[in-house]
Amino acid sequence: MVISLIVSREKTIKALRISYKRFINILPAFLIMLVLVSIVLFLVPDVVISEYLGVENKFAGILLASFLGSITLMPGFIAYPLAGILLKKGVAYMVLSAFTTTLMMVGVLTYPIEKQYFGARVTIIRNALSLLIALIIAVVTGIFFMEISL
Amino acid sequence: MKRNSIIRIAIISSYAIFIALSWIFSFGPGKEISHNFASFSLDMLKVLPCAFILIGLFEIWVKKETVERHFGEKSGVRGYLWGILLASTTVGGLYVAFPVAYSLYSKGAKLGVIFTYIGASAICRVPMTIFEASFLGVKFSAIRLLVAIPLVIVSSILLGDYLTKRNYKIMECK
Repeated sequence: MVISLIVSREKTIKALRISYKRFINILPAFLIMLVLVSIVLFLVPDVVISEYLGVENKFAGILLASFLGSITLMPGFIAYPLAGILLKKGVAYMVLSAFTTTLMMVGVLTYPIEKQYFGARVTIIRNALSLLIALIIAVVTGIFFMEISL
Repeated sequence: MKRNSIIRIAIISSYAIFIALSWIFSFGPGKEISHNFASFSLDMLKVLPCAFILIGLFEIWVKKETVERHFGEKSGVRGYLWGILLASTTVGGLYVAFPVAYSLYSKGAKLGVIFTYIGASAICRVPMTIFEASFLGVKFSAIRLLVAIPLVIVSSILLGDYLTKRNYKIMECK
């Protein structure tokens, strides 16, 4: 930005104007997302997640994990330490893989933002595809860590 | 769009009232929800202004032809590689990737590359992957990336082609 200012003051100001306009346009969608996030995180705290991911049946675990991962939103610096703790508690790699991948790729909570940019239909297709990818990743992880015997 | 914004205002204001009432009557769950709201907003405030400033600068300085050459219809395989490379340096998460993707699209990037970028920014951001590997092991991260990247590219190409056939256009709602 400093370089940009030196090269052309006028253009930089124009750029900042665009930044500002874009930001204001998407702000309502962000607010909705924050509202949803704050409520969902209250309803689904870490304790609940640890409890559900540790179920005996691994396939049920994967499904639950991808469900929880889809409906919640967590920054990496919270999600990975949590996954690390769960791993030590004996939760399977494939379940954790399903959880972290859906957490990052599938966003039910980011829906308002995604819809604003790409429309509802594309948003739904993309999230469904991402969920499928996450499930495939989970299964492959399971195979490599010998958690599924072929 | 009108109806949509009314719903939005209704949601946000009823949420605000709920939080305010919770504080007045010190209702536990309400307070906790507002803490969540505050901490998440702070996290996003650290990233978003920078992201949008960069988007603004990008819109002004980067020529349309440059984007078209590297991310556009004729970019071929390199377009997808650029998309992944760009995604790996993205900070934040999907909510940062969407506006960036929109900017790229409006400068002439093709849909397949756009969706690759979004998918990749969810799964192969460099700082995130290092963090992941330190908690879950390098093997775990390696498997995840090796499986995810091809799948993301293939599904993005399919989705892009499908949408192009249907003459899909991204439009920003004002």
